[in-house]
Amino acid sequence: MIQSLFASPKSQRPKPEPVRTRGAGPAVSGGHDAKMVCREVNVFYEDFHALKDVTIDVNNREVLALMGPSGCGKSTFLRCLNRMNDTVDGARITGDVLLEGKDIYDPNIDPVLIRSRIGMVAQAPNPFPKSIYDNVAFGPRLHGLFDRKSDLDELVEKSLRRAGLWEEVKDILDHSGTGLSGGQQQRLCIARAIANGPDVLLMDEPVSALDPVAAGVIEKLITELAERYAIVIITHSLEQAHRIADRTAFFYLGELVEAGATEEIFTNPKDKRTKHFIEGMFG
Amino acid sequence: MTSKHHAQEDVFTSDRFQRSVKRRRGAERRLKVFGGTAIAVATGLLLILFVSISAQGYTAFTQTQLSVPIDLRAEELRVAAPELDAALRNVNFRKLVREGLESRLGAAEDRRGRREMMALLTPSAGYFIQQQVRANPDWIGTVRDVWLPASDDIDIIKKGFAPRDVPEEQRLITDRQLAWVERMEAGGFMEGRFNSMFFFGNDSREPEIAGIFGAAVGSILMLMVTLVVSLPLGVAAAVYLEEFAPKNWWTEFIDVNIRNLAAVPSIVFGLLALAVFIRLFGIPRSTPLAGGLALSLLTLPTIIIAARAAIAAVPPSLREGALELGASKLQTVTQVVLPSAMPGILTGTIISMAEALGETAPLLMIGMVAFMVDTPAGILDPAAPLPVQIYTWSTSPERAFAEKTAAAIMVLLVLLVFMNSLAIYLRNRFQHKW
Ligand SMILES: Nc1ncnc2c1ncn2[C@@H]1O[C@H](COP(=O)(O)OP(=O)(O)OP(=O)(O)O)[C@@H](O)[C@H]1O
Ligand SMILES: [Mg+2]
Repeated sequence: MIQSLFASPKSQRPKPEPVRTRGAGPAVSGGHDAKMVCREVNVFYEDFHALKDVTIDVNNREVLALMGPSGCGKSTFLRCLNRMNDTVDGARITGDVLLEGKDIYDPNIDPVLIRSRIGMVAQAPNPFPKSIYDNVAFGPRLHGLFDRKSDLDELVEKSLRRAGLWEEVKDILDHSGTGLSGGQQQRLCIARAIANGPDVLLMDEPVSALDPVAAGVIEKLITELAERYAIVIITHSLEQAHRIADRTAFFYLGELVEAGATEEIFTNPKDKRTKHFIEGMFG
Repeated sequence: MTSKHHAQEDVFTSDRFQRSVKRRRGAERRLKVFGGTAIAVATGLLLILFVSISAQGYTAFTQTQLSVPIDLRAEELRVAAPELDAALRNVNFRKLVREGLESRLGAAEDRRGRREMMALLTPSAGYFIQQQVRANPDWIGTVRDVWLPASDDIDIIKKGFAPRDVPEEQRLITDRQLAWVERMEAGGFMEGRFNSMFFFGNDSREPEIAGIFGAAVGSILMLMVTLVVSLPLGVAAAVYLEEFAPKNWWTEFIDVNIRNLAAVPSIVFGLLALAVFIRLFGIPRSTPLAGGLALSLLTLPTIIIAARAAIAAVPPSLREGALELGASKLQTVTQVVLPSAMPGILTGTIISMAEALGETAPLLMIGMVAFMVDTPAGILDPAAPLPVQIYTWSTSPERAFAEKTAAAIMVLLVLLVFMNSLAIYLRNRFQHKW
């Protein structure tokens, strides 16, 4: 079903690019390898204009960091990418959001299909009050991604391994996911999201609630995941953006102020507001 | 730095600070005392209820019985299974019982004496023997000592509820009967024994053999109807209102009305059930089906309110989690929201079922006061549920029904305590840490 709506992703996906795009490319796009394309996206909550004419690309095998002061519209933008704004009462969106060239807001496309291809990890870990196994198997079961029980077992193990959680939980797969520590829960949510086999992974401040060690584990994980997925991550930490992001986009009061290679933005911001923000953080 | 430190210490030792601490402690202590008193009063009242009911009712769990030898050596009984039924019907068991009594007490001299002697036992003693022999065919061909229930008057005398040492005309039984009673007691042929008839027998005009079994079965059948009707309807309504319905004045209006329904006196639901289920839909009166439907009207608002509260308590982040993984709205509700809300829903349901179990007024309205000697076999058989049984016994004139009433109330209370404990257990067992 998914495959019939989007031309077979495996075969037509552009060849892996060995060279990461760090430090190169134009401001709003990596140019050669766009996974998602956003053109003049506007979001309104009732009368409130929360996002103004945002134009940016999300590239394959790249970590894009979204930064900006609280309330500037980062989460709003992230939710545009997987149509979660549809679930907000009174939210309205204009402009184009394309996934591999297809408009995800096409009325003929079910948002449920979009969300199964674009995974999301929320700011606060929200595992279901089910077993660890059932948490990870939730998406695959919804979408029928397996034929036999053993396939599902394998998928669950693979996802937990990739999220760096397998060793810790392999003997307690039947325990409740809510009984894990905060950092483990966050990795469980990541495992849950990647079990669907998404093309893009959206993360809203995934480590804001974690201690530096747990955060480090997840940062390493994000870097690894970026070898297969396009990742968009919201972060409030410049150091973190510096460590993991290939490109950084800076938002201010609903506008995309500037976007570009992380190095470039940090060392040589073109816009005054970006400069102030960065200096404020460092100073 | 040090001066600031000193200043702070001064604050903590100052009179004003000490006074405010004292005031706060005092307020806390008063609140504790109030709370403690309230709980003590509530438990005290509950205890008084339990103790007074138990004090009245515990005697019903024993029953005065007489040991009577029954001669089952008659030729006509020595037949195989198919003919046995006919044979049992032809034998005069009453006569066997009388002969047994006479062998203990000597033959009564006249008709009146014989009647008085038989009045020591329950009038159904003959039937009782017949049932026993049917259940134990190996008794045939022997002489057996069988414990038979004494009549209610003898039971009352034996339990000391009516005096013995008063002139004959003020006593429940005659001088002759009293002499027999004393002879039986002296011989060890009369004693209070566990009253299994109370638990496994059905209602009867004769208190000594009346039991609550039929009423309990009637209650269970009725509650099953109530559960099957009101749980799915209640949960469906709650899911719709909480998850799907737009928030506008119309759903507000529905919400207010559901809350109102929960407060409507139950007799009104009885009238409604009479008009709708019985008059309009022609559901047979006095049946657990009619009663269960009437009680559903009562439990539905409670279940809807409890289920809505449980559903609303499921954190929105869980719904978002499911949606983000590509679940549809319906899948989110059935796979994440409902399982998480289930303990709360079940707790509310059990509590409303306990309420329904104790409900009497609407059942009287739809004619569930029939006198039933048969155990209802299904939801279309007439039945008189437990609370109604308590009601009819409490209005019976016989002294012996008073202790039965109290004992039936005890059984009902035990059932209620059990159901409510189950609800609390479920709530604690499945309490979520989100
Ligand atoms: N559901 C909503 N209804 C109305 N207004 C909203 C809603 N969600 C967000 N907003 C508004 O939109 C603006 C952007 O919110 P958003 O959550 O995207 O900020 P953010 O950049 O993620 O902030 P933070 O860093 O604090 O998470 C804010 O002014 C917020 O008040
Ligand atoms: Mg946010």
